[in-house]
Amino acid sequence: MARAILYDSTRCVGCRECEKACSSRWGLPYDELIAAEEKVSVKKLVTIRTHGERFSRKSCMHCQDPACVSVCPVGAFTKTAAGPVVYDGTKCMGCRYCMAACPFQAPAYDWNSRLPKVSKCDLCSDRAAAGKPTRCSESCPAEATITGDRDDLVREARKRMAENPGQYVDKIYGLQEVGGTSVLMLSGVPFDQIGYRTDLPVRALPGYTWDVLKHIPDTVTVGSVMLSGIYWLTARRQKVAEAEGDGARGFRKGVRS
Amino acid sequence: MTRFLPKTFWQLVFAALMAASAYVTFVRFYHGLGSSTNLNDQFPWGLWIGFDVLCGVGLAAGGFTLAATVHIFHLERFKPIVRPAILTAFIGYLLVIVALMFDLGQPWRIWHPLIMWNPRSVMFEVGWCVTLYTTVLALEFAPVVLERFGLRKPLRILKSVMLPLVIAGVLLSTLHQSSLGSLYLIMPHKLSPLWYSPLLPILFYISAIGVGLAMTIFESYHSSRAFGRQLEFPLVKRLSEVLAVVLAFYLALRLVDMKSRGAFQLLESPGIERWLFGLEMVLMALPMLLLFREKIRNQPRAIYWCSVSYLMGFMAHRMNVAITGIESASGVRYTPKWMEVVITLGLIALGFAVFRWVTALLPIFSDEEERPSIAIKVKPMPVRNDAFQTVAPVR
Ligand code: SF4
Ligand code: SF4
Repeated sequence: MARAILYDSTRCVGCRECEKACSSRWGLPYDELIAAEEKVSVKKLVTIRTHGERFSRKSCMHCQDPACVSVCPVGAFTKTAAGPVVYDGTKCMGCRYCMAACPFQAPAYDWNSRLPKVSKCDLCSDRAAAGKPTRCSESCPAEATITGDRDDLVREARKRMAENPGQYVDKIYGLQEVGGTSVLMLSGVPFDQIGYRTDLPVRALPGYTWDVLKHIPDTVTVGSVMLSGIYWLTARRQKVAEAEGDGARGFRKGVRS
Repeated sequence: MTRFLPKTFWQLVFAALMAASAYVTFVRFYHGLGSSTNLNDQFPWGLWIGFDVLCGVGLAAGGFTLAATVHIFHLERFKPIVRPAILTAFIGYLLVIVALMFDLGQPWRIWHPLIMWNPRSVMFEVGWCVTLYTTVLALEFAPVVLERFGLRKPLRILKSVMLPLVIAGVLLSTLHQSSLGSLYLIMPHKLSPLWYSPLLPILFYISAIGVGLAMTIFESYHSSRAFGRQLEFPLVKRLSEVLAVVLAFYLALRLVDMKSRGAFQLLESPGIERWLFGLEMVLMALPMLLLFREKIRNQPRAIYWCSVSYLMGFMAHRMNVAITGIESASGVRYTPKWMEVVITLGLIALGFAVFRWVTALLPIFSDEEERPSIAIKVKPMPVRNDAFQTVAPVR
């Protein structure tokens, strides 16, 4: 079972109970000012954004093959088998590559701290072990956010779309984006109208890097053989040139070859 | 450069920069990155990564280019400038590491990648390569120090492993110069198509080789003025020819790649991107076109300015990748805070100062005492040795 969240924008009433519950779990202060800031930051790890009459939810999407996990040089992120992508602040050195690479701008940094760390949603991974839903789902009065197994949630989403023709756009956001995510979304209007990026590749991002990184061992092998070969050849030629008593020619030839 | 203005002026500028840097260092480490930079969650990498790291590592590419030229390709005539180039590279890498210490949120953990592995990460690979290569540079430079203090035994040991060292240095450079480009491969959704390309690592690598050549010309020109040591002009001319070819190759690859990805249509959309793209292109294409003309290549001053133009084009490219190309997708505009600029300038000034200081103390511009057995018999250099410096009159 892989833990996931389904957020249904058509059900969301924008009450921000999820934000509040999440902040209390992390021990973060929550007040009206913070509520009004519609972006994830060290102050809150999930946010509801208003688009006229509609709402959208923003937080870490818990990608199936996450960019953050692949780019972190110290392996501070892990995609757990249970679904959540978790962060280990004791490893992090603060290069912020995870932030640069994340397609959803999810990781936030504690810019004003002397010992800064990255913060992001962890899908309540500690509660997952106990089989409890995430705090945001638990607190949602409208059942707009629910926790469950990813496959079940996909089925649930399809069911809602089938049972309410015309109410949803024909797309489950997160099913395919960057290789799929563990947070899925439903919406009544095209997703780009409520602040989601619809131009993301369906290929998981780490693949783009691996295409190149995988060639490193070969580059090293071929490279060292080639360089040694060049060394040997040019050294020989120079000796020959020297024997002929014409040092300068070695250089000329060398450049032209 | 010192000759444009009196020496005391530059000393004052230097002192002011160092004082300002000290203040910024305090702000950075006492109040954090938020107070010392204009970075934020939407724009986590700024000037320190774009310039100090990306350009810094690139500008230090002369070290491996020349080490390869002389020690692997045996083009021994370039030998007089190997040491200055290695020294420049060594100082360059140390400064990059200092810059990183400013940029990392928790710099005292800079060694973490060495023990906490993640081989899927480009940054992990860059971290390893830069660490190893800085060590290689230290060892490549060590003979100078050992010679100075007459430590013959370690010198002999070091010389016996020089070849594998140089080869390792070239390989490590190849890997991380290209990998700096690979860093951005994971951002097809962020980096504008004017700069994003699967070929980024190759483009970064080729342009770094170009920088190796251009920096050699640049340094040779300046050391001729400051120290009276230089390359004979035919060698500079030869370098400029190779530079022209490297540039032509780079630009052809860059443009063909853009065309195949249909990126040119982006030039129709308004905004600052296309102008900065244009700037980068012109700064690179102009020296290439000029250097293909024999008339230009006969004038040392023209060769010098062509190299400078390319170096600026190179920096424009790196900054475009790191900053310009990221802005629109991140939804914010980034302009570095003055404190970021101060640290960057301070590090550059420090680099120049350390270079001068080391050259005063160590035999950087003198020949090695042990001539290699296969050394070219030095014919008395004909009048041709009219050098780079003759056309750089003292103003
Ligand atoms: S949304 Fe970003 S932070 Fe979350 S798992 Fe995906 S890449 Fe990582
Ligand atoms: S900021 Fe920390 S968690 Fe993010 S990539 Fe760097 S080391 Fe890893």
